[in-house]
Amino acid sequence: MQTFPCPFCGPRDETEFHFAVEADHPRPENAPSDLEWAAYLYAVDAPQGPAREIWLHIPCGEYFVMSRNTRTRDVTASEALR
Amino acid sequence: MKYSAFTLAREALRGQSGWQPAWVKAKPRDAYDAVIVGGGGHGLATAYYLAKTHGLTRVAVLEKGWIGGGNTGRNTTVIRSNYFYPESVALYDLALRLYEGLSRELNYNIMLSQRGMLIAAHTPAQMEICNRIANAMQLNGVDGRLMEADEAADKVPLANQGARVRYKLMGGIWQGRAGVARHDAVAWGYARAASALGVDIIEGCEVSDIRIEAGRVSGIETNLGPIRTDRLGLAAAGATPGLAAKVGVRLPIHTYALQAFVSEPVKPILDTVLLYLGTGTYLSQSDKGELVIGGGLDRVPTHGQHGNLPAQEQVLSGLLEMFPSFGQLKLLRQWGGVVDVVPDSSPILGPAGPKGLYLNCGWGTGGFKAIPAGGTLLAHMLATGAHHPISKPFDLDRFRTGRLIDEAAGSGIAH
Repeated sequence: MQTFPCPFCGPRDETEFHFAVEADHPRPENAPSDLEWAAYLYAVDAPQGPAREIWLHIPCGEYFVMSRNTRTRDVTASEALR
Repeated sequence: MKYSAFTLAREALRGQSGWQPAWVKAKPRDAYDAVIVGGGGHGLATAYYLAKTHGLTRVAVLEKGWIGGGNTGRNTTVIRSNYFYPESVALYDLALRLYEGLSRELNYNIMLSQRGMLIAAHTPAQMEICNRIANAMQLNGVDGRLMEADEAADKVPLANQGARVRYKLMGGIWQGRAGVARHDAVAWGYARAASALGVDIIEGCEVSDIRIEAGRVSGIETNLGPIRTDRLGLAAAGATPGLAAKVGVRLPIHTYALQAFVSEPVKPILDTVLLYLGTGTYLSQSDKGELVIGGGLDRVPTHGQHGNLPAQEQVLSGLLEMFPSFGQLKLLRQWGGVVDVVPDSSPILGPAGPKGLYLNCGWGTGGFKAIPAGGTLLAHMLATGAHHPISKPFDLDRFRTGRLIDEAAGSGIAH
């Protein structure tokens, strides 16, 4: 069993967490085309190696950014979204 | 060399000295008419149908590891076509029909065993869903039907049916043509047949870049040197997003680990494929007597081919809910594969990015059952440059138009 660090609650069991979305995908500005809007909604990078992802810690209800390695599963950082 | 009862007998008499390697381990040439990245079932099937159906034999299949070593060799070997939407049934039933004739077509025994599959329901709501899917299957011309509790209990006599059971078996969906096949044999059979038609199968060959000239694919860079081609098919499951990113194509694909388990061999106790809707755990018994067990995804995105403990606990507790008598059963093996999961739980088939590039990916947890269809359709696109009617609804463009084929909602796929 792996533990993930919640920035608010500290290290907790991985089953308490839910992967939400990849981080750093800004909302398109002005009037995006259908293609740009679909990319914003659906396209992901699914990087092999270091990744920045937004996770939910279910018990405290806070979303936060977790930096992890998608090959090794090592967690390198965890920071509040705001 | 054709495999037959005669060649078996002849080799038995002369000390097994005449067998040839089933396929040629090729070195890459400078140029091909088409190159397929990914030497799993889908990639090898694509090469076979390119050569067989379309007469294209200057074809290479590139595999970074060994053929069939990815998800083709890591799945639970279930074949079925019990989906909800007409587009999906057309796709998966094409695969099932091709599977039914595949041993003969490839002259290679894929050990297809159409032992039937029961999707079991334990609540009135699950039973309603089963009814709906069974109706959809019949409307789509597939052999599914609703099965009542008594008949379902007869199919799986060892299932938990005691007086104290919390959830009683209420029935489910039965598809008699569903079953299992030997997964390695599917990869090896397609490899052997493709190789015999002149296709180069190149193992240990990893693609590092894709070259484009004037908006069209012109070749690839690999660890074994550059290869020229103007038609490139990607059939690399969880590695596909990384390859597509090299030409600026971003895909709606998350990669997760999916685990499977094999128990010690036991005497024959289960002669169908059984899935519980409530837990998502499913199993079948192999010819060797091992129970082959699968379930839902790990919930942590990953590219590592190994699973995590919470998912194991969920699958195995589901197994014990089905069969409390398995509490003493020992597991022999457990492993994980990286699956490419799309938001609507349907595959992506079609062109993407530069001209000449085609995708066959996004099969998620269900790629093995679709191998003959995925190969047929990717070969069609590579050979003709156009969609097949069955692949067209699965184009990447559905995420722009919104015409998603949501099998997660339609047939209750557990992701």
